[in-house]
Amino acid sequence: MLIDVHAHFYHERAPRADWRERNTSRLRAGERIGITIHVASVLGSWGATSPVYFPSPADVVDGNDRLLALQRAHPDRIRAYACVNPNYTAHAVAEITRCLDAGMIGIKLAASRRADDPLLDPIVDAARRRGVPVLQHVWQHRRRDWPGQEASDAVELCRLARRHPGVSFILAHIGGGGDWRHSLAAVRDVPNVYVDLSGSGVDGGMLEACLESAGLERLLWGSDLTMDTGWAKLRYLESLLGREQLELVRWRNAARIFPRGAFPDA
Amino acid sequence: MRIDVNAFLGAYPWREVPGTSPDALLAAMDRVGIDEAWVTHLPGVFGREVPEGNRRLAAAAADRRLRPVPIVHPALREWDAVVRDAARARAPAVRCDPTFLGLDPAGAEARALVGACGRAGLPLMMAVRLEDGRQRHADDEAPELPAAAVRALIRSDPSACIIVTHADRGFIEEVHFGSTPAEASRLWWDISWVWGPPEDHLATLLKTIGADRFVFGTGQPLRIPETSVAKLDLLDLAPAQRAAIEGGNARSLGEGGRARGEG
Repeated sequence: MLIDVHAHFYHERAPRADWRERNTSRLRAGERIGITIHVASVLGSWGATSPVYFPSPADVVDGNDRLLALQRAHPDRIRAYACVNPNYTAHAVAEITRCLDAGMIGIKLAASRRADDPLLDPIVDAARRRGVPVLQHVWQHRRRDWPGQEASDAVELCRLARRHPGVSFILAHIGGGGDWRHSLAAVRDVPNVYVDLSGSGVDGGMLEACLESAGLERLLWGSDLTMDTGWAKLRYLESLLGREQLELVRWRNAARIFPRGAFPDA
Repeated sequence: MRIDVNAFLGAYPWREVPGTSPDALLAAMDRVGIDEAWVTHLPGVFGREVPEGNRRLAAAAADRRLRPVPIVHPALREWDAVVRDAARARAPAVRCDPTFLGLDPAGAEARALVGACGRAGLPLMMAVRLEDGRQRHADDEAPELPAAAVRALIRSDPSACIIVTHADRGFIEEVHFGSTPAEASRLWWDISWVWGPPEDHLATLLKTIGADRFVFGTGQPLRIPETSVAKLDLLDLAPAQRAAIEGGNARSLGEGGRARGEG
């Protein structure tokens, strides 16, 4: 079994005309790689009517609905995170309830508000009550603000995680840009933060550093926007790990933090 | 036959990278099934120990699977002798990354170099970048290679041939379609930085530009070489296309170097 904890799908309201081809390509590549389940999020309208990282409440609902429709269309292959904008806190909490009731299995926080902001606490409380993980978009060692997002880094995510030790957090795309060593130093002693290996970065030494810092039991496999690099990291790990160790990264760690029954029985 | 045209030996100045020795590189090649690698001494990319690094490359090439790609620093004395020596030694290419040497990437030195390489029958290899710009060290401020510079260089001498490594789809399209067909026929692109699915940038480029312009490269050990193999495994390529990308196109380039070196 192989679980991709960081996937995205597009929809017809997204600004890109090739949304259908990209979705098809993800599923087709997944078949070749051997991905059992794509755990995906949709970031609102993907910029059509509100910014990708600051989706309006209406776009949040619409994007989540479209993802739920995809999950229903591909029940054997797609699971979903509820994407919310914490600036609309009451709406976000209600949306989490609605989406989890409809079958979603996690919460996606992109870059609408810093991860250590108190506004996130009610959202994380909802995650704790429902027993789902929170996938947090992270800029590895953010040294300045970047346009279009209020990105968080690992230090900020770890502050949130320390406030909520009963919730599992997924630090997004360690290979997704920025200084991953900074993130790995931050998560070392925060046991409820898991490292998602996705991202286009395939730096030599990165996977060894992930193993050394987070440890085998806190690594999760994912692809994000580049499935080739995801597959490459999996292949590289095959040269570092034994079969049972590899199973932890492929799916067992994910199965531990997502709700029971979220994935097919192995 | 799988040829990695884009590999390095030696330390990287901006972070610790494992596997920078010849033995480690050969082990990585065995792991992913690479038969031959064109190797550059990494410190020399940054202008450090250029002559010494090139000599070390020559020593490493005692293993015939490693083919040296010497660094040429066109602002150093007798740089043209390095080009001549590389041609005589049947190097498959020489490498220069002007921005890492503090040079104008389309300036007089770079133009003189690309012309001299062309006349010697040697492709000039240049990287757009070595690391993702978002993760570079705060003091690592050399600009990335501009697409405009590659267009200027390929136009500057009708004999010039350039292998560009670490380029993404946008860069490749800008230079390819910003060049005449004759100019574009003297440009090769390694696949190391081109995205696969779901964006399918590599599949798109192979359709729009053609497999004959692409060569297999990895950027190892800065990047894990499994990536470039995975990109190809995710494509539905005809065997001949895949063979061309994996080795045939590079072999033609390299054999050209050999033939010219013998002349």
